[in-house]
Amino acid sequence: MSAKIKSININEIIELENEESVFKPDWEVQIDRRTFVQLLGAGILVVVTGDFAEGQMRRGGGQAATVAARLQISQDGVITVMTGKVDEGQGCRTQLLQAAAEELRVSPNQVRMILADTSLVPDDGMTAGSRTTPNNVPPVRQAAATARDILTQIAAEQWKVDAKNLQVQNGIVTNTATKESLTYGELTKIKNLSESFKQTVSSNVTLTAVSNWKVLGSSVPKPTGRDIVTGSHIYPSDIMRPNMLYGKVLRPPSYGATLKSVDLSKVKEMKDVIVVQEGQFVGVAAPTTFLASQAIDAIAKTASWNTVSHPSSKEIYQYLRDNARSGQRGNARSRTSNAFSQANKVLSETYYTAYIQHTPMEPRAAVAEWNNGSLTAWAGIDYPQRIQGDLARAFNISNERVRVIVPDMGGGFGGKHTGQAAEEAARLAKAAGRPVSIRWTRADEFTWAYFRPAAVIDCRAGLDENGSIMAWEFTNINSGNAALNTPYRIPNPVEQYVSSDSPLSQGPYRCLAATANNFARECFIDELAAAAGADPLEFRLKHLDNQRIKTVLDTAAKHFDWETKRKKNTRETGFGLACGTEKGSVVAVCVEVGVNVKNGTIEVKRVCEAFECGPIQNPGNLLAQVQGCIIMGLGGALREEIKFENGKILNASFSNYYVPKFKDVPEIDVHLVNNTEIASAGAGETPIIAVAPAISNAIFAAAGFRVRSMPMIPAMIEHAKKISVIT
Amino acid sequence: MNKEILLFVNDREQKIVTDPQRTLLEVLREDLKLTGTNFGCNEGLCGACTVLIDGEPNHSCMVRIGEVEYKWITTIEGLAKGEKLHPVQQAFLDEEAFQCGYCTPGMILNAVALLQKYPNPTDEQIIEWMNGNICRCNGYPKIISAIRRAVKLIKEDK
Repeated sequence: MSAKIKSININEIIELENEESVFKPDWEVQIDRRTFVQLLGAGILVVVTGDFAEGQMRRGGGQAATVAARLQISQDGVITVMTGKVDEGQGCRTQLLQAAAEELRVSPNQVRMILADTSLVPDDGMTAGSRTTPNNVPPVRQAAATARDILTQIAAEQWKVDAKNLQVQNGIVTNTATKESLTYGELTKIKNLSESFKQTVSSNVTLTAVSNWKVLGSSVPKPTGRDIVTGSHIYPSDIMRPNMLYGKVLRPPSYGATLKSVDLSKVKEMKDVIVVQEGQFVGVAAPTTFLASQAIDAIAKTASWNTVSHPSSKEIYQYLRDNARSGQRGNARSRTSNAFSQANKVLSETYYTAYIQHTPMEPRAAVAEWNNGSLTAWAGIDYPQRIQGDLARAFNISNERVRVIVPDMGGGFGGKHTGQAAEEAARLAKAAGRPVSIRWTRADEFTWAYFRPAAVIDCRAGLDENGSIMAWEFTNINSGNAALNTPYRIPNPVEQYVSSDSPLSQGPYRCLAATANNFARECFIDELAAAAGADPLEFRLKHLDNQRIKTVLDTAAKHFDWETKRKKNTRETGFGLACGTEKGSVVAVCVEVGVNVKNGTIEVKRVCEAFECGPIQNPGNLLAQVQGCIIMGLGGALREEIKFENGKILNASFSNYYVPKFKDVPEIDVHLVNNTEIASAGAGETPIIAVAPAISNAIFAAAGFRVRSMPMIPAMIEHAKKISVIT
Repeated sequence: MNKEILLFVNDREQKIVTDPQRTLLEVLREDLKLTGTNFGCNEGLCGACTVLIDGEPNHSCMVRIGEVEYKWITTIEGLAKGEKLHPVQQAFLDEEAFQCGYCTPGMILNAVALLQKYPNPTDEQIIEWMNGNICRCNGYPKIISAIRRAVKLIKEDK
């Protein structure tokens, strides 16, 4: 294992998130009924046997081949739904439960969920990209509706009537003519479902219309709520196995460092400590974390390393620009040069966003256990089947010999796509012959988890004599192409993403590059509006054809009272707005910001956000997601920034990497627009993308200067220093 | 060097033979299997490991087990009375004041301490008191609502 950190190809991840269904099927698990009953635990009697996991399907396609692969019904009427999705707080456990309950027409408390266990669940793809709502809710609904039709047909055969004459409500099939009724549980006793549930899930089964939703569309609480408030919820870090040891891994002192030599002799003499060295991998396992930490610290003192040079965060933007792999920029320019030469006014600006860390409350954690050459890993990761494959390759065993289970974990935000902790635990467990738990420290998480990429974004636009945008160039260097394309009506826009040589391991973060791209675009649009002498809201509306964005803009502006507020900008208080679209949903934000130019402080006083993602499936959870996005967005907008030098992270601690806390929460006003005319889109990411540009635009409205980088507070302080020199 | 340490955890006497330098957090989790107290930063900067020691909120990652001999420790597992949740737990559940829930035990215990000191806290008092507890899902608005609801539930309980 190389000491150089594993870099994630951002394009590969984007591809994975966007085009999971192109993968070839490679998933098959054989499992018998007895095993299944054991796995489900006590209290559940499974009457459907056999092929529930036979659902060989397109990898990540989310379409289980059979009803049995997706759901089971017990004789007491309890429905068990299986999904490969993971819950990291975003609420897919509840949402998919609602989807099944809706179509089976039962109360939510009749449904149990099994998530993310490669031995039990279909491959539903990576939990990422806001894909659960568009990609995974529909197949669960289709499977549940198919099951409902099968159960109704059993009743019809029992009563020798046409199924059309039967009604289904609350899990009870009723003959409307005779008033006879049978519960789902009773129906499973009449006919063994194992044959019927081998039926393929019908993708053209009739689903319940939004107007008739009873369970979807309501704020069904999380089924894990009571466990969470009593401390009995089991996170990946809480998994305990008999004879389990706690592991620690030797980390390089800097990026790119390779181990030259290490002396393990003293630690090998420590009682109860197991030491493992396999090439660059050095780790220990011990009965307590305390002892394991002592052992690894002792080893670290004996280690010597070859280090390599590594750029500093101080020069990162120039470094990314210098290393940009651009082949197209010249061509792109020539395509727009004509438009620019005819423009009345041309503006050109560059925007920057820093590397930031996800810092989920639960750092990476995993437990690994080997039995007769087969590996079981419990891990906090986003894609169980992918990590299953990674582990199989790492240990040169077949996928069938690896089982990955993901207990609902303590946050992710796009940051847990990789399975390093599971691999480390498995390596130690194999050598120890006992289960091993690995829990990354906060410093590990800050240093060795991948980062949200830094970005350099060049914007250039031309205005015609009417103040309309007539030419547009937009280039993102390094951070990705999410929300790269302008939603505004602009002829022949040239937009491109150019990769670079990122010195830090980078990967997805909530809404990928959309936050950076939307920051640049929405700030730049504001600059264009000012250059055109137009009101920022009117300027946007004038260039928008997308009715959904217009609606959220109008909604946010109305509730914020933009009309009045925009005339009340002072040197100390500014009002700004921004909008955007990504992943099928639309958002608009208005903010009120207090600005002190002299000392460089910003206080976000009020955020008013309107958000629309189609028909709302769980309003309570959606509100939580939007509030969470707004406040998380404040972190990246104002303060969060990874600093590094000589291959070391300089602020790998909550003491000098400042995430939002209670005191940072402004007045928040959220307006959820329920658009029932379209299909539901995911909603856990896009609400973040308009927060930062609205703040920057408000700072301009107050102080008259533009902050073109995230985080903004360091830029404000720089500006304050400059003006103090001048005055 | 191991030492025998006697303490009381959730009203139960515990005799532990261990290195007194280990953190209370580690002993709660690894020896007593009380995994409701969560590891967040090991620096006392995030509040995920908050427990009550003799009724006072403490970061259990910053306390050595040797320092809590004969002390009374309350963890999240010790708050409910049988099936009946503590009013603060009930309020968090009612408001669904959690997303991933990893920070929740620490939030609840710190809020219990807050409401013991200030039974009718102002918003400023809530924010000041709770500011050391980080929620990375950024569910702060619902947590504040839950604390306000808990104030009412505690009064109704009496």
